[in-house]
Amino acid sequence: MQVTTKVEQRTAISASGHPVGVLAFSGDIASTSKDAILAAWHALDGASSRVLLDFTGVDYINSSGIAIIIQMLLEASKPGGRSIAIFGLSPHFQKVFTMVGINKYAALHTNEAAALASL
Amino acid sequence: MKSGSSVHVHLPSELGYEKVAMSTAASMAALMGFSKDRIEDLKTAVAEACINAIEHGNHLNNSLSVGVVLSSSDDQLEVKVIDDGAGINAKPSIPDIDRKVHGEEDPRGMGMFLIQALVDEAEWHQGPPGKSFVRLVIKLDKENQ
Repeated sequence: MQVTTKVEQRTAISASGHPVGVLAFSGDIASTSKDAILAAWHALDGASSRVLLDFTGVDYINSSGIAIIIQMLLEASKPGGRSIAIFGLSPHFQKVFTMVGINKYAALHTNEAAALASL
Repeated sequence: MKSGSSVHVHLPSELGYEKVAMSTAASMAALMGFSKDRIEDLKTAVAEACINAIEHGNHLNNSLSVGVVLSSSDDQLEVKVIDDGAGINAKPSIPDIDRKVHGEEDPRGMGMFLIQALVDEAEWHQGPPGKSFVRLVIKLDKENQ
C-alpha cells in the first residue's frame, strides 16, 4: 500500500551553460519505487552527462529507497558516466544521506539554483 | 500526556504499513514534547525496524502481524517492534559507500545502521516466534545536547 512514486523529467541549463537532465520525484522513495526511478534514469538522453535529482516533492525515503539512489550512483561512476547533484531534501534526509555517505558521490544542495551552479 | 502510558499497534506484514507505526510514534513523541528533529529521527528508526520485521522477521506473510508497543515514561519513549522471526544476533555494520558505489557490497542493508545512528538506544533480542524484538529508546534529556 505504498504511495506511488512519480518521476517527472525535464531539462535545465547549468550555470556553466551545459544541459542538465532533471529527475523530479514525488511520493515515496521505497522498494516499490525501483522500476519508476530506474526507468526514468535509463531514459535520460545519452548526452545528459549532468543529472540533477529533485526531492522537493518527497516526504518519505527508506533504506530501500536510498539503495535505489546508490544504484544510480553506481551506474554514474562507470567510465563515461554522469555527474549527479541533489536538491530538495528535508534537513532530516540531508542528514541521513550524509550518514550513509551519498554526499561523497553527489553534492547535496538546498535549492535548484545552487545545484545548477555546481554542475 | 500521563507518564507511563502505552500504545499497542498491530501491523499487517505488508510493506507500506510501517508508515502507520511511524505516524503513531511521531504523535506520541510530539505529545511528550520531543523536538521536530528528534521526531524525524524516531520516524525513520521506527520505519526501518518495522520494515525489517515485515521483510526478514515475518517474510511478508500476511497471516502474521508485526507488534509495535510504544511506552512513555517521564524521560523517554521506548518502542518495541516484535515479529515471528528468529531475531537478529548480528551487530549493525557501518555501510561502506565506496564499496556500494563500486558494486562490491549490496546497496541495501542500511536499516540497522540507521536505527542505531538515529536513536539513543537500540537493542536486538532473539526469541521464539512472537518474542523476537528490537527495542528503541529516545530520551528527553538528550533534546538539548
